[in-house]
Amino acid sequence: FYLTPPQVNSILKANEYSFKVPEFDGKNVSSVLGFDSNQLPANAPIEDRRSAATCLQTRGMLLGVFDGHAGCACAQAVSERLFYYIAVSLLPHETLLEIENAVESGRALLPILQWHKHPNDYFSKEASKLYFNSLRTYWQELIDLNSGETTDVREALINAFKRLDNDISLEAQVGDPNSFLNYLVLRVAFSGATACVAHVDGVDLHIANTGDSRAMLGVQEEDGSWSAVTLSYDHNAQNENEVERVKMEHPKSEEKSLVKQDRLLGLLMPFRAFGDVKFKWSIELQKRVIESGPDQLNDNEYTKFIPPNYHTPPYLTAEPEVIHHKLRPQDKFLVLATDGLWETMHRQDVARIVGEYLTGVHHQQPIAVGGYKVTLGQMHGLLTERRARISSVFEDQNAATHLIRHAVGNNEFGTVDHERLSKMLSLPEELARMYRDDITIIVVQFNSHVIGACQNGE
Amino acid sequence: AAGMFLRLLADVQWRAANPKWRRMTSSRRSTSTTAEPHPLPLPAQAQVVICGGGIIGTSVAYHLSKMGWKDIVLIEQGRLAAGTTRFCAGIVSTARPVSIELKMAHYSNQLYQQLEQETGVQTGYTKTGSISLAQTQDRLISLKRIAASLNVMGIPCEIITPKQAVQLHPLINIHDLVGAMYVPEDALVSAANVSLALATAASRNGVQIHERTSVSHVTVQKGHVTGVETDRGRIQCQYFVNCAGQWAYELGHSGEEPVHIPLHACEHFYLLTHPLKEPLTSSLPTVFDPDGRIYIRNWQGGILSGGFEKNPKPLFTEGRNQLEIQNLQEDWDHFGPLLSSLLRRMPGLEALQIMQLVNCPESFTPDMRCIMGESPTARGYFVLAGMNSAGISYGGGAGKYLAEWMVNGYPSENVWPLDLKRFGTLQSSRTFLRHRVMEVMPLMYDLKVPRWDFQTGRQLRTSPLYDRLDAQGARWMEKHGFERVKYFVPPGSDLLDLDHSKTFYKPDWFDIVGAEVKCCKEAVCVIDMSSFTKFEISSTGDEALESLQYLFSNDLDVPVGHVVHTGMLNEKGGYENDCSIARLSKRSFFMISPTDQQVHCWAWLKNRLPDDSNVTMEDVTWKYTALNLIGPRAVDVLSELSYAPMTAEHFPSLFCKEMSVGYANGIRVMSITHTGEPGFVLYIPIEYALHVYNEVMNMGQKYGIRNAGYYALRSLRIEKFFAFWGQDLDAFTTPMECGREFQVKLEKGMDFVGQEALLEQKQNGVYKRFTMFILEDHDTDMDVWPWWGEPIFRNGRYVGKTTSSAYSYTLERHVCLGFVHNFDEKTGEEQVVTTDFINQGEYEIDIAGQRFQAKAKLYPFSSLFTQRRRKDEVELSGYQRE
Repeated sequence: FYLTPPQVNSILKANEYSFKVPEFDGKNVSSVLGFDSNQLPANAPIEDRRSAATCLQTRGMLLGVFDGHAGCACAQAVSERLFYYIAVSLLPHETLLEIENAVESGRALLPILQWHKHPNDYFSKEASKLYFNSLRTYWQELIDLNSGETTDVREALINAFKRLDNDISLEAQVGDPNSFLNYLVLRVAFSGATACVAHVDGVDLHIANTGDSRAMLGVQEEDGSWSAVTLSYDHNAQNENEVERVKMEHPKSEEKSLVKQDRLLGLLMPFRAFGDVKFKWSIELQKRVIESGPDQLNDNEYTKFIPPNYHTPPYLTAEPEVIHHKLRPQDKFLVLATDGLWETMHRQDVARIVGEYLTGVHHQQPIAVGGYKVTLGQMHGLLTERRARISSVFEDQNAATHLIRHAVGNNEFGTVDHERLSKMLSLPEELARMYRDDITIIVVQFNSHVIGACQNGE
Repeated sequence: AAGMFLRLLADVQWRAANPKWRRMTSSRRSTSTTAEPHPLPLPAQAQVVICGGGIIGTSVAYHLSKMGWKDIVLIEQGRLAAGTTRFCAGIVSTARPVSIELKMAHYSNQLYQQLEQETGVQTGYTKTGSISLAQTQDRLISLKRIAASLNVMGIPCEIITPKQAVQLHPLINIHDLVGAMYVPEDALVSAANVSLALATAASRNGVQIHERTSVSHVTVQKGHVTGVETDRGRIQCQYFVNCAGQWAYELGHSGEEPVHIPLHACEHFYLLTHPLKEPLTSSLPTVFDPDGRIYIRNWQGGILSGGFEKNPKPLFTEGRNQLEIQNLQEDWDHFGPLLSSLLRRMPGLEALQIMQLVNCPESFTPDMRCIMGESPTARGYFVLAGMNSAGISYGGGAGKYLAEWMVNGYPSENVWPLDLKRFGTLQSSRTFLRHRVMEVMPLMYDLKVPRWDFQTGRQLRTSPLYDRLDAQGARWMEKHGFERVKYFVPPGSDLLDLDHSKTFYKPDWFDIVGAEVKCCKEAVCVIDMSSFTKFEISSTGDEALESLQYLFSNDLDVPVGHVVHTGMLNEKGGYENDCSIARLSKRSFFMISPTDQQVHCWAWLKNRLPDDSNVTMEDVTWKYTALNLIGPRAVDVLSELSYAPMTAEHFPSLFCKEMSVGYANGIRVMSITHTGEPGFVLYIPIEYALHVYNEVMNMGQKYGIRNAGYYALRSLRIEKFFAFWGQDLDAFTTPMECGREFQVKLEKGMDFVGQEALLEQKQNGVYKRFTMFILEDHDTDMDVWPWWGEPIFRNGRYVGKTTSSAYSYTLERHVCLGFVHNFDEKTGEEQVVTTDFINQGEYEIDIAGQRFQAKAKLYPFSSLFTQRRRKDEVELSGYQRE
């Protein structure tokens, strides 16, 4: 049994979303042309989340992918809340005052973010009041702290990440009289999520990353070819600096038990994450919260389970690493994706596939035989494959969809193989997770003209 | 890239040939070569300057010098044979569908075969033969048609089975083949060395060759070539020959008086490989796989394979462009489909190692035929270019015909299909050419079925009624840029189906055209025939009449209002044009000729009308819309619309009168229909066209009027044995040979062009005779239909070819028109063809290898038609009584 190509397409395209930055007076003055995003679930329900929004009170655009684990509650909460925390952190003192005054006097609030959401990207209505109160507390503190200094993006990102994680933790400790909300905040705190967020403002690109999602810049070389520049560090066992950091934060006695089987305390793959209070709270706190919590929590073996060798919490942080990059005209696009993509595809291939897609493959490197020994048969195979690549480009209207098609359907020649694609997509739910992870991708396309003009203007 | 290629393709030969060439030229003429930094100065004057040192230019030089012209300078901007010729695949293939092309290729093959012996230059000539493969039955039919015409020319050729093909070429995969054609005498050459050999011979005959010299423009004074400006000075000359290949268009446009040479370059790719493990022998036949769009020849133990892809890459649209030249790189992705096709045809080549993909621009023309002849505007300016990638196959023959043209005034064969004057300025737009060549290049290998037409560059010239007719279901074909109706699809018919009536058999418009023909016979039909070329010739005195009397064979000194059918003959009595001329007044004439005569006829008359006379000639083609009212009821429609009696007593046949039709005045009504049926042609000033058409259609309703197209016209005229110029008649056909003596007035009191030749024919008889054939045992539903060019056999022996054919709905038989010759059984020499000779033979027509019995006739079935019409009229009147 195989899925027909239209069936495959309907699966691949179910979650695709595209946004084009609107033009003013026939001109797009933003350094971002727009973005394409998409998700392909492996878990049921999917544990990945994505967000995109334009900051309305400051300049810039925010885009992020969130990879949840132990459920999707934390990823969902982070996807709803993080951008508000970032936006608020970026707001100047006067604007914060204005907002606070508006809330105080019951006036209409200045809109802070304009969301660019797929219909499937829902926001929790029940928790909005709770989330809002936490956010308001945050900006009130910012108003009180008024440093008078202009807000540094890096600082703002770090503060926002840390503050949100802190709020998640506090909300779970305090609980809520509403039992539904009470259970929700606990689920958010006990599940976890990584976040990889981009803030683009003119030529300034900031990537704030917590966990093992990744941001990659697609660069077009002078000869038209594509290369990849990674703009984030993975926070996992493969990153020596990260292992080093964890070890530094804990006594020498724990050195051996900290990282086992490439996992934090032998359990967790990402070394930084939101939520996951099991790796942050003291054992006493965990026990207290679970005991006083609802029955569902008590019945959950996972939440009750205390990680082994758990001596000096916290072991986990949501603090991001921030990388700043000045955009150049050759920087054509940015790919934000959860590890589901990166474990199946090399970044160089990602750069090439997206690059060729966005430029309509006209820049497919011409083949030259030159002095090589090539047979007619080899050349024929190569050309057939290149043609297939082009034809798969034309099927997709969304760069992220195109990338997913390759990630799932690529055969050993780097060509989309329909048979394989069909097999991978028709796997039963319980098997899907064994062959692939949730994949979430955002491809941001940059406006080289604006970037070039900005550069020359400076 | 060129240097690289030189090493690759012509390594051995070049080294052998070049020293010889250099030694000879430097000792005699000291032309410029790299060894000589100071080339000899150009001569100040010469009789002929040829621009272009490729296969074409050198062939023209070779043949001119052979024919005795000595004062010739050949100019080449780079090195001899260094352009397209250098890259040429070197296949000499004679299997060509157009007769004149076939003759050129055949001659080229014979010429190249003995060239090495003649010149001492190694040409690499190898007789390999060629195999053309058919993947479909239709392709096989087209091969059979070609085989039939090769065989009657005495060129060995046979249709073979796939198994026989694989015996000739063991690498061919035959699982998808239905048959093939084997031409054993096709050959391979090194095109560059053939060109050098021709140059060597020409040089020995006195032709001066100057390399690294560029022509900037040609100067023309009073309509005649006077000289050539080059980057190394000026040469005065009487003749200039533009053999600049893909640069011919630009060169033609460089002078003050542009010469329009409609051609456009496209990239063309072929592949070279290393030798096979067991190297291929140099005598292995060349393989053409037109359904796979490829050709494959042996090359130095490996193969050379190229083709004509579906999506060509035109280039140099905006003229010579350094960037584009540099970008002429191998494009493997573009070549991919052809490579697939190659490996499908020869799977055994998978492991063969690639040497190079060669990208060589070729020039293509709007109708896939090369461009030859003299400019209509600049006398002495000759052109030979646009070889449509068959430069080496045609080069020898084309050079010969052009040389004959220059030396004798006309070539020894009818070259109208190649004549530059078949084109006008209208085919000269770069956009048009770019679009058209993108269609032409794939067409090289596309299957061509009867009545195929070009799809690009359409709707350029149209009648003002175009939209009206289109809305009524008109299906269009194109002639000289003009849209003409083929037939009208009745409402409710499956339109899609009709657009795909591409077949060698009975087409699906059969009944539609049948109904139109029936209506022409029984009631009245309207055909828009606005595309005809129309000239007005007048003078203040009698000069117009005098000039025309000299230039046309029939007597034009007729009463005002008479229409005369007459030929415009050449000195040999052949038809340069066939026209109808109406005498509008004592001193003015209105001349109607075929659509594609617009340029040729104009130039012919311009060149022959006395320079200083007060004869004025105007091309009024665009001023009039022509509506042909055919049928017995045309007279009723017209008389009702004009309130004038139109019966034969008042308006006899071959009469012309200006009258009013509806509200419109000044309509030229002529009682001719070009079909032999009764009726009128209305020449309507274009602003009245719609009005008159509407009036005619409204009034005609009660007489059963309907629209008709050219297919109906064609069926009518062929069953009436009417010859059409350009199809049946050409410059090598005289009125005597086609039963039109009555259109010649040998004693009109003054001399006329061609008179002597006709007098001689009248005395001694003719050597061919236009004959009508009715196919006897041909099954219209089941058998392949005749087209044109089918061999005619008399008593089993070949006597000529058909020139046109159509199904006659009246006779319910196919009718073919063609010429019958009388070749001497032993010598093959042409003998006089008498009426008895025609009448006393048993005839067969060979359609794609199958012979059908045919009845020959020298006169149409007039009695049969009259009977029929009377019977129909009775039926019709009976119907009306009810």
